[in-house]
Amino acid sequence: MLNAIWVFMLCIGILVAALTGNIGAVTSSALNAAELGVKTGIQLIGVISLWMGLMRLAERAGIVSVIAKVFRPLISPLFPDLKRDSPAWGSIVMNLCANILGLGNAATPFGLKAMQELQQENPHPDTASRSMITFLALNTSCITLVPATIIGIRIAAGSQQPTEIIGTTLFATTCAMFCAILADWLFRRRNSL
Amino acid sequence: MMQVVTQVTVWIIPALLFLIPVYAYWRKVPIYESFVEGAEDGFKTAIKIIPFLIGMLLAIQVFVDSGALKLLVDALTPLFIKLGWNPEILNVIPLAVMRPLSGSGALGVSTQLINTFGPDSFVGRLASTMQGSSDTTFFVLTVYFGAVGIKKYRYALKVGLIADFIGLIASIWIVSMLFG
Repeated sequence: MLNAIWVFMLCIGILVAALTGNIGAVTSSALNAAELGVKTGIQLIGVISLWMGLMRLAERAGIVSVIAKVFRPLISPLFPDLKRDSPAWGSIVMNLCANILGLGNAATPFGLKAMQELQQENPHPDTASRSMITFLALNTSCITLVPATIIGIRIAAGSQQPTEIIGTTLFATTCAMFCAILADWLFRRRNSL
Repeated sequence: MMQVVTQVTVWIIPALLFLIPVYAYWRKVPIYESFVEGAEDGFKTAIKIIPFLIGMLLAIQVFVDSGALKLLVDALTPLFIKLGWNPEILNVIPLAVMRPLSGSGALGVSTQLINTFGPDSFVGRLASTMQGSSDTTFFVLTVYFGAVGIKKYRYALKVGLIADFIGLIASIWIVSMLFG
């Protein structure tokens, strides 16, 4: 599916540019994309290194395993393939907590750590495992208590009640998360691997 | 409420930066070495993501810059009018299409909507809710799978996009109910 979407966006984009006499835009936009990819990656180096360093400390001190033990029963029905003592539980829980609190910066490094640990248990290293897909479904649809960025933008735009969207966001993310879990469960049953 | 939220966001990171090293030191963990070791791992991970990011951004950027995204939005608009939706909702279609593709792009669109219509208008509230309630699915999948070298995503994209779509519908419904 990814391959189809990728080639669709690229070809339709080039076609539209050609038909609207805007073909020059394709070259500059392709080069910009390459540059932006590197820039985003470089920007991520700092924040990912910082949080992964801190996470290593928390791990060695035993904090992560305590957190994992406390929260594992809540999410364990969603990950039937994952071993009880897998190190991934801690990272998954930390990532979801960071997402719920709206700490996007901290969520990404915890999530990447979780993916590395899930990859350790993946029998087919080039193919996504079921646990990985469940984790990403939770991660992208995760309930948000504090949508920090958008509250900031509302304050900047002079809103009388910048936080009034917390309730609506909570409702929408709860619906999305519920459906993501359901969709994942249905696909999981059809795809055994 | 406002106070609590701002205080939590301001305090949580300094609190973690204080508590984790202090506790680890007390547990006799070699804290500096452990931190550097973890950070080195993070460094490698971030570098590994870059080729995947370039590939994904290439397709998205060409699609947006060529005007194809605008054509798609224009094509969807009459469909929603036919469905009898509140015409005001049509203003957020570009945001809905942009949201799973590009985080910075979507943030740009929602900031512009909030500033144009006012943060406390119907469109402003809807754009805020949509921005806060879904994620940049393509970016997340690219980065997370890229970091461990996974090339076959299987049904991950479908699940992510279904969640985005439900988040969108739920946002429109709840904002219409409460503020419509």
